[in-house]
Amino acid sequence: MDSAPILEVEKLNIHFNTPVGDVHAVRDVSFTMGREKLAIVGESGSGKSQTGRAILGLTPGKVTADKLAFHGQNLLGLDAQQWRAIRGKRIAMVMQDPKYSLNPVMTIGQQLLESARDIKEGAEARHHALGMLASVRIRDPERVFRAWPHELSGGMGQRAMIAMMLMAEPELLIADEPTSALDVTVRLQVLAILDDLVKTRHMGLIFISHDLNLVRTFCDRVLVMYAGQVLEKLTASELEQARHPYTRGLLACPPEIDRRRARLPVLQRDPTWMEPVRS
Amino acid sequence: MTQPVTQPIIEIENLSISFGHGADRVDAVKNVSFTVAPGESYGLVGESGSGKSTILRALAGLNPYWTGRMSLAGHLLAAKRPRAQRRLAQMVFQDPYGSLHPKHTVDRILSEPLTIHGFDDIETRVRAALDRVGLGPSFRFRYPHQLSGGQRQRVAIARALILEPKVVLLDEPTSALDVSIQAEVLNLLTDLRQQLGLTYVLVSHDLGVVAHMCARLAIMRTGEVVETASADELSEGRLLHAYSRQLLIASRGYDTAAIAAFGDF
Repeated sequence: MDSAPILEVEKLNIHFNTPVGDVHAVRDVSFTMGREKLAIVGESGSGKSQTGRAILGLTPGKVTADKLAFHGQNLLGLDAQQWRAIRGKRIAMVMQDPKYSLNPVMTIGQQLLESARDIKEGAEARHHALGMLASVRIRDPERVFRAWPHELSGGMGQRAMIAMMLMAEPELLIADEPTSALDVTVRLQVLAILDDLVKTRHMGLIFISHDLNLVRTFCDRVLVMYAGQVLEKLTASELEQARHPYTRGLLACPPEIDRRRARLPVLQRDPTWMEPVRS
Repeated sequence: MTQPVTQPIIEIENLSISFGHGADRVDAVKNVSFTVAPGESYGLVGESGSGKSTILRALAGLNPYWTGRMSLAGHLLAAKRPRAQRRLAQMVFQDPYGSLHPKHTVDRILSEPLTIHGFDDIETRVRAALDRVGLGPSFRFRYPHQLSGGQRQRVAIARALILEPKVVLLDEPTSALDVSIQAEVLNLLTDLRQQLGLTYVLVSHDLGVVAHMCARLAIMRTGEVVETASADELSEGRLLHAYSRQLLIASRGYDTAAIAAFGDF
């Protein structure tokens, strides 16, 4: 395991200026990650997606941080040209829904080639693209290369999108709910592909999810977010031993197949969870 | 002669539904049969495209193009059904953002079905309906965009119940909600079924939700029921069909060995 961190985040804050006043969406989030699968979990509105977007400079909010560094390079205050050298090339992002994230008026092949046009060209790029489609276990890469997004199923579209993000062989992949639109079996197959890539390409993966059960079995470490803050950092395999009542509540409330209960426990939200977390 | 008390409230026999013609014809539901007893909660499980929602829509009267035999509370259903029969089964949809009219207040959303079906005392009924789903009178004149996902789904449930149906058809009612909100909505549905003696047909891709809500279930794949099981059989893992077993394994989380062994169905 390489010990040099890929990403260092210290006291990341995101503010939104809205008609109803300032919204402090992400508050003092700090973490360091290497070549691992790091999960950020939380409910809608917890700030998990904004945290992921801030790393790529894609949030419309106002971002401040003591440190936001990728392989030691400061990401704060990069200009457009410097961002172009990083976005999509060294850090890539996979979104939740292939229906909305693929360009509907470009074939999958055109989109694959576009995502790597600064790196590879011509026949070499095409060969690389077909290889990428095959690596995400698409059985007929030639057909999918020619296909339009509307001709693909959700699972196939999501795999094509992952292939696209991997064209430039990024060192860090940020995946925002990459599998929640997929059926359970396809979901696991897509995760197996990501898992493979982390292992074979030594990529770092930030996996943003609301599904604690999935994260427990898939990721290495977990950050639990609530109201913009990281409440708890845990090793995924030790999620059951979570101390924070919020994490414990989230783990308890989904219905389980093998443990049926007359009623489901309901999260009792405590106002003190909103108070600044002491690190 | 007295009728046996266990006369089913829903009877479906050889239900088939197809879309398109010729080469484009898709058989979405193929010869599906099942019955549901009054007060029971029955689950339809399957992945996308399995036909589970299509059955629900036909049962609700939203798709008249079906063949086979369906009866609801003793009425044999035809393609066109009289208004009184439409009231018997009401539906709650998956997406609480898409299923409420964005320009109608909660009051209008709830009172419109009452007007259509000629109910009196509309105001009293709207207040009672909001109260029943745990929303106070302060919600009555709000618009959907002023509500959270969980609150919207409560309004959708209130709208379904306001016509005093016998059967409620639930199409993935909590899959768009956070797990903490899902727990609240599922508890509400459990309470309402007990209080009002309702019968549920619940469609879900989540085996946990179905095991929690339903005593019996059918597992569907490409328009066919591959297996029916009791909730006990599901929770003890006593499923027979290879596809159902795979679905069960997949629901337990990420496991590379299990994924490598997945079959293509």
